[in-house]
Amino acid sequence: MRALIALAKRYWATVTSPSRYFSLGFLVVGGFVAGAFVWGAFNTVLEIMNTETFCIGCHEMRENVFVELRRTIHYTNRSGVRAKCPDCHVPHAWTDKIARKMQASKEVWGKLFGTIDTREKFVDHRLELAEHEWARMKANNSLECRNCHGADYMDFTRQSPRAADMHSRFLVTGDKTCIDCHKGIAHRLPNMSTAAGQP
Amino acid sequence: MRAAMLLCLFVAANAFAQAPITDAMRGSTPVGDTSRPPPLGNPENKDMRRERTYSMQPPTIPHKIDNYQVDLNTNACLGCHSRGRAPLTQAVAVSVSHYMDRDGNFLAEISPRRYFCEQCHVPQVDAKPLVVNRFLDVDEVIKQSGTKSSPKR
Repeated sequence: MRALIALAKRYWATVTSPSRYFSLGFLVVGGFVAGAFVWGAFNTVLEIMNTETFCIGCHEMRENVFVELRRTIHYTNRSGVRAKCPDCHVPHAWTDKIARKMQASKEVWGKLFGTIDTREKFVDHRLELAEHEWARMKANNSLECRNCHGADYMDFTRQSPRAADMHSRFLVTGDKTCIDCHKGIAHRLPNMSTAAGQP
Repeated sequence: MRAAMLLCLFVAANAFAQAPITDAMRGSTPVGDTSRPPPLGNPENKDMRRERTYSMQPPTIPHKIDNYQVDLNTNACLGCHSRGRAPLTQAVAVSVSHYMDRDGNFLAEISPRRYFCEQCHVPQVDAKPLVVNRFLDVDEVIKQSGTKSSPKR
């Protein structure tokens, strides 16, 4: 312990004392350039991890949730605009994104220890996993839905009468948020009889 | 011998292929070929209740039900049409008959034999009928037979 403190003190002395060989200009400019490189690399890796290809690189996602998405309107539709995994599951704003990425370290743990590495295990955990996502979207007022779907820009005359009615009664008034009604639109639902907040 | 058999087969096959078989649903496609099915229609989505053709007819669904999940896990229809949800959604609540088992006992939940809505209730496409249908509404039958019907319901 004493040796460790001595080591820390030595390093602290080195870090706090002025540079003996390098000019201030070199350190400042060099530090900036190196920082830019590190930042760029970090962001690049983050962006690679934020692609659908990365998500379905694991069989847990590819064979369970991704195949279900492929049947839905968020994957195939008349205009060909589609949502990819991170569009809905990773917040777009930087701070929120980093927070979510930090949470996702739990998912790395799950991957390493095979928490959902078979279909049976996935089905067993499905409700819990879904409830995490519903809670997240409820808490941020369905932000990921609203990144594309804006209530202010919905033309209710172009919606079916029941959709227009429900949206004007619950969405516009702020009584409910998207995920309250639109659960299971991109993936199949788990057993809902025991789901929280289900009527 | 072999050549004669082959010839026979060839002639028979040709006879089949040329036989003028027409079917209302298949058109003139020979039976041996796969017909090209018409494209799927776009279900009506007007949310206007339709008339029942006879009193016991299960009402048809006046809206789209694409990708509605009805399985062991959940029933998307009951998300709006169940007794508890109908006041909120203003959907037509499931009929009382659907809460009865086959012995006429009332259950707390939808009877399992009624659980799969699409067995009886289906959406409709505005399509031309493939075959002639001479079905007459019972009111029409009574009118045509000339007998006096009971006062209009």
